[in-house]
Amino acid sequence: MTTPRTAQTAGRTGPPEEIKAVPVRHPGRWLGAAVVLLLAAMLAHTLMTNPRFQWDIVGSYFLSRRVLEGLELTILLTVVAMAIGIVLGVILAVMRLSPNPLLSGASWVYIWLFRGTPVLVQLLFWFNLAFLYPRISLGVPFGPSFLEANANDVITALTAAILGLGLNEGAYMAEVVRAGILSVEHGQVEAAQALGMSRIQTMRRIILPQAMRVIIPPTGNETISMLKTSSLASVITVTELLYAVQLIYSVSFQTIPLLIVASLWYLIVTSVLTAGQFYIERYYARGSARQLPPTPWQRIRRYLFTFHAPPPPAQPPSGEGR
Amino acid sequence: MITPAEATPPVHGAGGPPMVLAEGVHKRFGRLQVLCGIDLEVARQEVMCIIGPSGSGKSTLLRCINHLEKINAGRLWVDGELVGYRQQGGKLHELREREICAKRAEIGMVFQQFNLFPHKTALENVIEAPIRVQGLSKPHATELANELLYRTGLSDKADAYPKQLSGGQQQRVAIARALAMQPKLMLFDEPTSALDPELVGDVLAVMRDLATSGMTMIVVTHEMGFAREVGDTLVFMDEGTVVEVGRPREMLSNPQHVRTRAFLSKVL
Repeated sequence: MTTPRTAQTAGRTGPPEEIKAVPVRHPGRWLGAAVVLLLAAMLAHTLMTNPRFQWDIVGSYFLSRRVLEGLELTILLTVVAMAIGIVLGVILAVMRLSPNPLLSGASWVYIWLFRGTPVLVQLLFWFNLAFLYPRISLGVPFGPSFLEANANDVITALTAAILGLGLNEGAYMAEVVRAGILSVEHGQVEAAQALGMSRIQTMRRIILPQAMRVIIPPTGNETISMLKTSSLASVITVTELLYAVQLIYSVSFQTIPLLIVASLWYLIVTSVLTAGQFYIERYYARGSARQLPPTPWQRIRRYLFTFHAPPPPAQPPSGEGR
Repeated sequence: MITPAEATPPVHGAGGPPMVLAEGVHKRFGRLQVLCGIDLEVARQEVMCIIGPSGSGKSTLLRCINHLEKINAGRLWVDGELVGYRQQGGKLHELREREICAKRAEIGMVFQQFNLFPHKTALENVIEAPIRVQGLSKPHATELANELLYRTGLSDKADAYPKQLSGGQQQRVAIARALAMQPKLMLFDEPTSALDPELVGDVLAVMRDLATSGMTMIVVTHEMGFAREVGDTLVFMDEGTVVEVGRPREMLSNPQHVRTRAFLSKVL
């Protein structure tokens, strides 16, 4: 499509003269930057000169077998608990929005119960389930049972941790998913229904994909939070990252360096998760904006380009360009 | 309330039952009475335009025909079959979700706000229902969709997302999406009211083509020009009732009812 030249450019040759003006100075910003730099220098200085950080010990344990095994267990706990949480969250959210009062009521009670008690208490509860139900059986309700086992054999420390973290996460994810579903315009449901799509098809094909845009950022938050909350499993003797380093320093008394080892690993995994979240968000943003947001690399490249070269002249209104 | 007596559709002539037949249709939301006894008949291949002030129940009537709303009293038939119910042994039975979906699939609907699926491209919007509801294969549905996008003048926009399209283009995709289900009846709910004035023409042109091709259409609109040129019947609704029905030309130039006259004097 070509549009006619506007009045200003018509009858003139060459691009218009770019404005060159003296920029406004910002002394406040310079002062703020100086304070930040000073604090950063102090931090770097103490990190490097305080021998009690014992960086050599940090280095020697950073890739040790026991730490890596703990890290592995932490990641496993996070992934499995989040998977349970997300599946449960979707089910609870759909139940909560159901016109059936029993279903929505059940969902409300679940969320109330699991969000209303500390996750640490829940973990201890699952860990000690054998006190409440010494034997666990699988069978017809109020009828015969097919499978029966000792609760202490079924509920190990790890399964207690997975159950506790996963079921608790389900309550939070339910609210996240519900907010996502409610964020989709009602017209979308009507359009899908008018085309003859069933309630399930509408939910799966039309509502949830759009709700994802609202669901993903808090889910990323929840995942990062779960990574750190999984350290609570240390109290029920699951040797995840924190408990693994605790076991080491309880013998060697190198408390601070080992806590730094754990912290560094938590930071590394969190950073990886943050990057992953960015790309998932970008995927679900398709169609919601005219252009997808740039990836960090694109952004850096653009920044470097505009930093060294003057900004490109504004696009002339006519389609001919330069 | 709906009573089972005299719930058989009156049959007219040789062309089968009328496409839409409404008898004493009532609809209320809570205590608000929106439709108060609507009697209407839309013949096959007829283009009916409905005008009236906002809040007169025009949109609600369309939504009832598609069973997006349940009626509270009266009878509504589409193509000789009751909307939302089945008559069995002198009793009315509510239809199952599957049966309601099957009936909705035969009626196309175009909304004022387009309601395109924003996470799908124009082509994906059009092929979604034929694949998921009618079970068409993807190549078959795509072929059909491309033909419809060509008819609506959007061949080059198949891979664009709704946000990248103008309002007029979005509405034409919405029409193509509805037509992809090969409906026997098309409902238009103020299809051009959300459009910039210069984009209205393209959408009306597509609707005019559709009317020429023999589609039965019910159009709620404020476009009096379209009603005059394309409509076979014009209906004026006010406060949940049909005030006047007639030929568009005659009614627009010489309205019989005082309320019609008052309304037309404001919009013409």
